[in-house]
Amino acid sequence: METTIPLIIGGGLVVIGVGIGIGLIGKGAMEAIGRQPDASGKIQVAALILAALVEGIGFAALFAL
Amino acid sequence: MNKQRHLAFTILIFFFGLTIGRSSTSVVEKDKNLKQDVKSEIKEYINHHLKDSHSFSITSYKDEKTGKTVYIELPLPVILYDNGLKFFWSSALKHGKKVVAIGENFYKLEYHDSKIYKTDKEGTITYDSDHRPLNEKPLDFSITKNIATILLVSIMMLLLFVSLAKSFKQNKGISKGMGRFFEPIILYIRDEIAIPNIGEKKYRNYMSFLLTVFFFIWFLNMLGLTPLGVNVTGNIAVTFSLALLTFIITNVTANKNYWGHIFWMPGVPVIIKIILAPIELLGVFIKPFSLLIRLYANIQAGHIVLMSLIGLMFVFQNWVGSSLSFGLAFFISIIEILVALLQAYIFTMLSALYFGFAVAEHDEEH
Repeated sequence: METTIPLIIGGGLVVIGVGIGIGLIGKGAMEAIGRQPDASGKIQVAALILAALVEGIGFAALFAL
Repeated sequence: MNKQRHLAFTILIFFFGLTIGRSSTSVVEKDKNLKQDVKSEIKEYINHHLKDSHSFSITSYKDEKTGKTVYIELPLPVILYDNGLKFFWSSALKHGKKVVAIGENFYKLEYHDSKIYKTDKEGTITYDSDHRPLNEKPLDFSITKNIATILLVSIMMLLLFVSLAKSFKQNKGISKGMGRFFEPIILYIRDEIAIPNIGEKKYRNYMSFLLTVFFFIWFLNMLGLTPLGVNVTGNIAVTFSLALLTFIITNVTANKNYWGHIFWMPGVPVIIKIILAPIELLGVFIKPFSLLIRLYANIQAGHIVLMSLIGLMFVFQNWVGSSLSFGLAFFISIIEILVALLQAYIFTMLSALYFGFAVAEHDEEH
């Protein structure tokens, strides 16, 4: 039990970090679309890829627990 | 407009039905004496679902007269290599309850890790302190559930796309029937994924791989959401093989510029070049590795969340909690449909991006 507690806290921290990261990507994408509605397609694709990359790091960390 | 609403409604009902179907496949004993066991049983059920299995089980129930669990399933061939090929059907294993005798060798399925071990006549399996079996393992080339599903999807894709190509040719470039659904997707992969990332000149060689991998992952992800309960793309060996293909294609087709940018980056001072080379070399391996982890972890995590929510229904066993978790499971199911498409898209997109790096011609400024 004592060894699992730090692991759980670490997992929580990872999820917080990934959440903030994806949130910031979403924020940036929304602002960019607001500024340049014509480029929304390109922005969405780039945002999706970046979100997937950040998410990948999160999953890698969680599965390493 | 009315037609669209009708279609949307039908789709909703369909997935509603799927949620019910899936929950009925996870029937947990409702016996009141076993109520405390429900939690550990759900845990075991989820763990068992996430692993590959030797039989294609559809459902199981408890016979009330004999008190035995009856399994409804398709048996699959078990092929073992242990001083010569051994072949038998997985129905002989009886979910680890029976020992299979072939000649002088005895094999038994260990239920918890779904692997076949060599045993003595009584089928004793010895465990170490971490509850890992110590018995000898024969080389297992069985057609397991995952392999059967992969074969099924491959045959389905072959039939589907060959017939689509034929009808496309016959109608002189106008798609018909199923082709009307698949044509925009194929065109999207060509025009939005392959051409912008790989380039007008070279994209053609990569199209076959990109299309195959996209539809393969998508179909398998969608199959994983049906009550069949297959979990193929959530298996790390499958995603590893897919990522390995991307890795091989990237490095085999790479040109001089690509290797130049890895080992001797132009336009950077020499000291930085020496520091950057190992990092870039690591990047060659990290790129496909992130592909494999991303797909595996996404699908695995999705399945765990869904099955836990379905399991919650049996933990609460009252109207409020169970219907709440049912609604949540339904909602997650719909999200998972999006994830199924998104993961296939991301895998294809990133593969195309890596191919694009490998064949980029002109020197961009760094």
